[in-house]
Order: sequence, then structure tokens, then C-alpha cells
Amino acid sequence: MRGVEFYVDMIFVTAKAWILALLGRFLPDWLIVLASITISGVAILCLGPVIMMYLTLLERKLIGRIQNRYGPNRVGIWGLLQPIADGIKMFTKEDIVPAKADKIVHLLAPIAIVVPALMIFLVVPFGERMTAVNLNIGLLYFIAVSSITILPIFMGSWASRNKYSLLGGMRTAAQMISYEVPMTLAVVPAIMMSQSLATNTIVLAQAGDYDLHWFIFTPWGLVGFIIFFLCATAECNRPPFDLPEAESELVAGFHTEYSGMKFALFYMAEYMNAFTLCAIAATLFLGGWQGPFLPSWMWFFGKTFVLICVMIWFRGTFPRFRVDHLMGFAWKFLLPLALVNILLTALWQFTSNLAAWFGSILVLGVSLWILVRLNRAFVPEKRSYPLEG
Amino acid sequence: MPILELTAKFGTYAVMAAVLVFALGVVTLRNLFHCALCLAAALIGTAALYVVLQAEYLAAIQVLLYVGAVVTLVIFAIMLTEHLAGKTVRQNNAQSLPAIAGLLGFVSLVTVLILKTPWPVTPAALKAKTSVMELGKALMETYVFPFEVISIVLIAALIGTVVIAKKDEEDLPR
Repeated sequence: MRGVEFYVDMIFVTAKAWILALLGRFLPDWLIVLASITISGVAILCLGPVIMMYLTLLERKLIGRIQNRYGPNRVGIWGLLQPIADGIKMFTKEDIVPAKADKIVHLLAPIAIVVPALMIFLVVPFGERMTAVNLNIGLLYFIAVSSITILPIFMGSWASRNKYSLLGGMRTAAQMISYEVPMTLAVVPAIMMSQSLATNTIVLAQAGDYDLHWFIFTPWGLVGFIIFFLCATAECNRPPFDLPEAESELVAGFHTEYSGMKFALFYMAEYMNAFTLCAIAATLFLGGWQGPFLPSWMWFFGKTFVLICVMIWFRGTFPRFRVDHLMGFAWKFLLPLALVNILLTALWQFTSNLAAWFGSILVLGVSLWILVRLNRAFVPEKRSYPLEG
Repeated sequence: MPILELTAKFGTYAVMAAVLVFALGVVTLRNLFHCALCLAAALIGTAALYVVLQAEYLAAIQVLLYVGAVVTLVIFAIMLTEHLAGKTVRQNNAQSLPAIAGLLGFVSLVTVLILKTPWPVTPAALKAKTSVMELGKALMETYVFPFEVISIVLIAALIGTVVIAKKDEEDLPR
């Protein structure tokens, strides 16, 4: 006999099964297969934009509080209808295309950027038995699909025929290629310990007493999580890594020449990426939907939204990176640390408990110290200006 | 479920046709940037075909390496060298006749090879499905030596690039 918790936990799974059973009474078998796909697909296609809409509101509210003001509060109670008002505004705005722009590519870029952002939702385990497609290469799929995101940004920046757009596009490319490397390497420890690439299996590997055997509670998990989360912030171009659209330098970066709904699509892809990256971070290191007492999907969304709030907090507090610092941080600091972390994970598996803890903390401490020493900023006593004389 | 199978078959052929169209675009379009985008589309289409053939791992690696890395590099190079207005370049020259002759020779050679090779279709071969785990085991156990050799070659290439790209001491502004 199962308790109430089980039914609350399985509420979405049960709802889907119930709808399918109802349809099964008067539809042929092959339509039921299609209906099953359609239900998951429609759920995801609605979830993405809705999450994006309310993330913008959450961000504006939180940033407002950080800056000691209220944030939007005119439309509806607590400004809850603000995203809908924004949506109507976006739809009714004039769509301006520069005269010299490459029309087709300019049109395709905002469409193409939403596709990978939505495709990642497929492998996100929203709760127990709530992964839309349980691919056995789930994590690799996530890395591969998120690597396509660079192309539409390139398309948009190149087709606009605007130097600010182009500069933004070049910056994006450099940044995303650089940060993809430590991000992929930071994921490796989680794969090694769960011995699987499937997102669902990685979550299951983190079960234990009270479902609290999350990877983040180990030294390598903590380091991996921090590296992954920083790279994720850089991957979706959020502050302090928002050089591609630095509004004080590049107007709006790669989407300078976009207006109306096309701009909204870029915006939407950015927020959906922020959500999926936080969701994957929660899946890999924070135990996904594992957790005591509460239903699984509640744990999952709770963890994801905590991570998103941390991202917004970053935006409210940190100044923007300088370009060379940004590159140096990825290549000279995060990359070696991720490599040390992989080695450490391998050692962790073959040593006993207490020795492993002390050993890994020692190794991490020493490597951190060495990296910080090596990365110390070089400040010359006398600056030299080559064009001076 | 004949309707579903028919749809799947039709979809596969549509993807194949799209790949061919995009591949043609790569060699015929006059704008280099458009060519690069067509290349990306053709590579993604190939990855989709791999998925249809149940080689998901290969598909993911195809997208990750070719679309995520190689095409990005190509576009990066185009953006660094090309004028923003997009120069148009003729993609063929006077040597198309010998090229066609060479191509025909190559195609006929490959056809002969394909026709002469016995392709054993056994129930065991049809059922065989390489999982990622088996691939990893093969790389780490049976083929560990070639794997390590490849990694050494890649490291050498990386270090070589850094050495070439590094500025000489006298070039640095003082």
C-alpha cells in the first residue's frame, strides 16, 4: 500500500497515464504512441516559455531588491502580469531589419537559437520518472546540443552588418568556446562516479540515507559544482560574464539590430538556457530530484530556482570581467583545476574513507594555492607606453 | 503500426534529401558564410541519420566535434578575414572536367569495392547494439595503446600551435 506522498510525487506521471488511458478507449494504437509523445512535447514547449516569462519577473524583482527599490509592481498584484504585458509589447513592436542586412540569415538566427534551448529540456529529469526522453547518452546530448548555441549567435551578429553586433559575436564565440572546455571537464567526475551518461542514472546514483548522498557533499563534487556553475554562467552570457552584450560598450552586442519578437526570441533562449544549465547543475551535483520528505519534482524545481537566484545575485553584485581576465580565468585557472579534480575523483574511488577526505582536501588546497600564485596579476612598477615617444 | 513506420521511413528520406541539398549548397553558394552555414546544416542532418541508425553516441560526437568545433572555427576564420559585406566568390574554375573524371573513377572504385565485399547479415549482427559503456571499455582495455598514441599526437599538436602562435621576444613592445 502506498502513502499519499507517492501519489503527490507521481501527480504528473499519473495525469499523463490517465489521459492516455482515456484516449485509448476510442483511438487506435498508433495514435496513442503519437499522443504520448505529444503530451510530453507540449508540456515542455509550454514549460520553456512560461519559465522564461516568470524568470524575467523574478530577476527584475530580485535585482530591484538588491538595488534597494521595488521592481515592477504596477501590472497585477506584485507585478505578476508584467511578463504578459511585456509579451504583448514585444508582439506589437515594429520589426526593423537593417537595409544592408543579410535578410535570410537575419531572420533565421532568432529562430535557430530557440531550438537548442528547447531541445535540452528533453533530457532534464524533472522528477522521478519525469525525464521526457531517458537517453543513455543524456549528458553527452546536453553538451553537444548546447555547443550548437554558438552558431545562431554568429548568424545574428554577422547578418546584422553592424560593427557592434560583430564585436559581440566575436566575443561570444571566444567566450563560449573557452568555457565549454572546463565545463565539459567539470562534468567528468560526476560521470565517473555514477558510471553512466544518462541523466536519470546520475540522479539515482546520488540516492542514499534520506536521499542525501549528493555529489556536492564530497570535495571533488564541490569543486566540480563550482567550476560547472561558473562555466554555466559564462555559457549563457550572464553577468559577470556578459561581455558579448555589454550594454555600456557594445550597445546590446550581437542582438543590437533586432527588435520586436525577434529580440524577444534571443531573450527567451538566454533565459531558457539559464534554466536548463541550472537544472543540469542540480542534476549532476545537487542530487536532482533526490531529497527527503518533499515530492521529487518539488525538490528539483527548488534546487534549480535556488541556483537561478544565485545567478541573479551574481548579476546584482559583481562588476563585469575584462576580456583578457575572462580568457585567463577559463584557461589558466578553471581548466587546470578541472583536470586536478578528475584525477582526484579517480583516487577517491580507490582509497578508504578518512584518508580520501584528508588526501583530497590536501591535494585541492595545494593545487588551489599553486594556481592562485601562478595567476597573480602582474603589476609593473613603471608602465610603458609603446606609442609614447 | 504501419502508419508510424511509413512516417518514419518518409522522414528519413526527407532528412537524406535535405542533407544532399545542403551539401550542394556548400559547394555552389557564392557567399562563404552561407556555405559554412550549409555545412553545419548538412552535418546536423548526418547526425540525425546516425540517430535513425541507432548510433546515438556517434550522432552526439558528430554534433559536438563537427558542428560545435569545426564549423565554429571555420566561421571564426571567415569573420576574421572576410569583408563584412560578404564578398562573393566563384566556386569553380577551369579544372572541372579533370575533376569529374577523377570523381567518376573514385565512385566506380568504391562501388566495385562495396559490391565485392560480402556484408554478412546475421541475426546476431542485427541485434548488436554498441553501448557507450562497451565503447569506453574497448578504448580503455583492448585499444588502450592506440588511444594513448592519439592523445600524445594531440598534445604535440597543441603544444606546437602554442609555440607557433607565441610572439618572439623581439616582437614584443618594450
